[in-house]
Amino acid sequence: MNPVVRTLLSRVGGYVGACLLVVFFALPLLWLVLTPFTPNPTYRASLSGVTLDNFRALVDNPQVWPSIRNSLVLAGGSALLVVALAALAAYALSRVRVPGRDQLLYALLLLSSIVTGTAAMVPLFLMLFQLGLIDRQVGVVLVLTGGLLPAAVFMLKDFVDSVPRSYEESARVFGAKPNQVLRHVVLPVIRPGMATVGVWALVQVWGNFLVPYVLLANPSKQPAAVVMYTFYDAGGQPDFALISTFALVYSVPVVLLYLVVNRRYGFAFQGGIKG
Amino acid sequence: MATVELTDLVTQYPNGVRGVDGVDLAIADGEFFALLGPSGCGKTTLLRTLAGLEGATEGRVRIGERDVTALEPGERDVAMVFQDYALFPHMTVSENIAYPLRIQKVARGEREERARESADPLSLGALLERRPAQLSGGQQQRVALARAIACHPQVFLFDEPLSNLDARLRLEARTFLKQLQRRLGVTTVFVTHDQAEALAMSDRMAVMEAGRIRQVGTPREVFQRPASLFVANFIGATPMNLLEGAVRGGRIDLGGVSVPLPAGHSGLGDGERVVWGVRPEYVATAGDGVPADEVVEGEVSAVENLGVTVLVTVAVGGRDGEEGVEVRAVLPEDDEPEVGARLRLHPQTARVLLYRADDDGALVEP
Amino acid sequence: MPSTSPAAERDVAGLGRARALGFVAPALVVIGVFLVFPAVWTLYLGLLDYSLTGAGAQAPTFVGLGNYTEALGDPAFTRSLGLTLVYVGGSAVLGQNVLGFALAWRLRGAGKVVRSGLTVLVLLAWILPGSVVAFLWQALLDRRGGTLNALLGTTDQAWVLDHPMWVIVVFNIWRGTAFSMLLYTAALSSVPRSHLEVARMSGASGWQQLRDVVLPTVRRHVLTNTLLITLWTFNDFSPYLLTGGGPNGASEILPVYVYREAIIGGHLGYGSAISLLLLLANLVIAVFYLRVLRGRTEAT
Repeated sequence: MNPVVRTLLSRVGGYVGACLLVVFFALPLLWLVLTPFTPNPTYRASLSGVTLDNFRALVDNPQVWPSIRNSLVLAGGSALLVVALAALAAYALSRVRVPGRDQLLYALLLLSSIVTGTAAMVPLFLMLFQLGLIDRQVGVVLVLTGGLLPAAVFMLKDFVDSVPRSYEESARVFGAKPNQVLRHVVLPVIRPGMATVGVWALVQVWGNFLVPYVLLANPSKQPAAVVMYTFYDAGGQPDFALISTFALVYSVPVVLLYLVVNRRYGFAFQGGIKG
Repeated sequence: MATVELTDLVTQYPNGVRGVDGVDLAIADGEFFALLGPSGCGKTTLLRTLAGLEGATEGRVRIGERDVTALEPGERDVAMVFQDYALFPHMTVSENIAYPLRIQKVARGEREERARESADPLSLGALLERRPAQLSGGQQQRVALARAIACHPQVFLFDEPLSNLDARLRLEARTFLKQLQRRLGVTTVFVTHDQAEALAMSDRMAVMEAGRIRQVGTPREVFQRPASLFVANFIGATPMNLLEGAVRGGRIDLGGVSVPLPAGHSGLGDGERVVWGVRPEYVATAGDGVPADEVVEGEVSAVENLGVTVLVTVAVGGRDGEEGVEVRAVLPEDDEPEVGARLRLHPQTARVLLYRADDDGALVEP
Repeated sequence: MPSTSPAAERDVAGLGRARALGFVAPALVVIGVFLVFPAVWTLYLGLLDYSLTGAGAQAPTFVGLGNYTEALGDPAFTRSLGLTLVYVGGSAVLGQNVLGFALAWRLRGAGKVVRSGLTVLVLLAWILPGSVVAFLWQALLDRRGGTLNALLGTTDQAWVLDHPMWVIVVFNIWRGTAFSMLLYTAALSSVPRSHLEVARMSGASGWQQLRDVVLPTVRRHVLTNTLLITLWTFNDFSPYLLTGGGPNGASEILPVYVYREAIIGGHLGYGSAISLLLLLANLVIAVFYLRVLRGRTEAT
């Protein structure tokens, strides 16, 4: 074949392929972007004018803000707990010789990737039931924290390992007591790592559907991820104005947080435990 | 200001390795003292034991009148400059310098005042509000120094303070550090693996190997009379000539060539094996007046340019199928010979040292 | 030289062994109670005839391997297992893997606009919350007013009901390709330029470069990626939000099956037995994965 024609064909083929991919990935997203602003929204993604009326449904619905607040409570609570416990553990594991440390970490990491919300659904449900933690947000926070902790400890230990020990030694030579070393030197230095792990945990919990869905029965305690699902499963005509605006408001924080973390640290921190 | 005294000091790691293995050392008040040795010789461990970062397994550490062996690092009244400087990245230069004072609960205003006082002589005055990451390597080193100075300790401990600087800056910093120490007059112990640095900067130095001190002395003593083969090998910019041979008829037979026995060694028995050593700097070309029995003659096998001097390697002996020896000499640039030329060398007999040809390789005293 | 090896293990902050254990303990307790214990309990529960209601709730009896034999004999279970394999194989092992690699490969040469535009779209599909994404697909595929039917001009085409497995497979490819794309982009950037240049100067075509230079270099990344996405897809519950496992169990993959049996149906013992099978499958995948990872760190 004529090389010019071949180059042309492959270039055209490349563009067609790229267009198809753009359509494939963009099509489902259209609804999220357009519907909140279109008058009389339906299933069909279209923009027949621009209006902010749909957001009134968001304001009027009594379930919206409690569910967002619940999401904040669950995600914030889990993130704080994960960061606090993981930072303590990671620091001690990094700086003090504990026999069998590496094996322990690997075992925990392995465990956290196999004991998913899906696979441990039954015992978790039963255990919280018997502890009296079923239908309580603290139960969900603890379960999610347990699942996220091994990976969080792993990531943070990596981070602490990269902090030169001479910082702490230097502070000690100048007379700092252990708690001063921690407060003045260690905490400020590992703060970026803690922030990253915190955001990571926040995003993981914010989007989690299954765990709160199984462990919380009372709709007033459920987070946005679950409440959103009840909006369209409630039978009858779904409230498109409500769902579209709700989905948008609920999604924006995740996207923003992701952008922040991604800009600063690359994508290495994603992954981990899903479901 | 204070003396430092180490008695029978042993520092053993949990894995049983003895980083410091029985060290006795007395450092005088105001002295600039170097701990020199190859990596893994225990010099850094010794410094860290002095600082209290490692606990002494046996023995005592005294600073001034106090026995500090059991004290925490912060209670010993010492300041340390780390190899990587250990400047806290989240604090400004000023906060870094004042950190020891913050621990001592000095009021903020006075802290800033004293940080400035320590910073100005080191030309850091304009950088006080910067973060360590915004400074060059040389500036970081000076901040670390200023921080050590700010707490007015009795002893400075420097762990390889110059090793993170590039070659040119290192020479400048060497001079600067020496002047600074002289001006402050604070007893200073510094660790280095660079023999030139130790020779250039210290008032006295200790050469360490395998956790033990092999020699203590002024740079001149250590350079001119290394106490063992190990020290002889380690000290000096060009490797010392060290040739094994045997005493024979009042001379030393090095295999293919014989050299005079230095004065004061007539007590050595015939056939005794020794190592004959002389620095290349103390080997010259033999002029006409040199007695023939002091001349070593051979063929030039390599010439290396050292700037104003040349290092010449001469293959000596080795005829009649016998294995020869190599003798190196540092000659003035004007005397540079051709490779392959025959050259007559004259090792200054007064500078020749003899060592035992055993594992310890101790200096044979006249 | 700093004495790194022994000093690295030293307690540089003067923390002390006791306080260090105190630091680690809270994390270990939470992990132990909410992660380790449930896993162990699953083992025991799977041997019981335990249910939320009825006789099994009052006094669960020991049925040994009964739950397992029951599961293996239950056509709903075997069908669910088969569907799971189709789902994992089609959407993760083939779909995400191939599409992710293709995207990473093609986008490195693409213009900035195409590259960043497509990357953002692919990433959005990945980072949006599952509930939102599920509804977006509901809207896309709806029988009457869905965007897809409107675009194709097909009316009353009930995608979710007629082709449930196709829907969740395509959905998961859409949802998860980002990870593979990111991983392969990183992997491809580690292929030395000079190797590709040598291949090009030898006259290798694009396909030959891929086969002879790129694939051998990124082989381990392919393995890592495949195992990770397999693990995640295997435990993925989000198809439930799209099809609810239906119609009539036609898209009931194992996680949905466990949910329906145990939580909805209340057969906790039976559900535990299936959960244990899931755990075991996870374990096999994860152990394999760690083996590969360890092999890689030792090799380098």
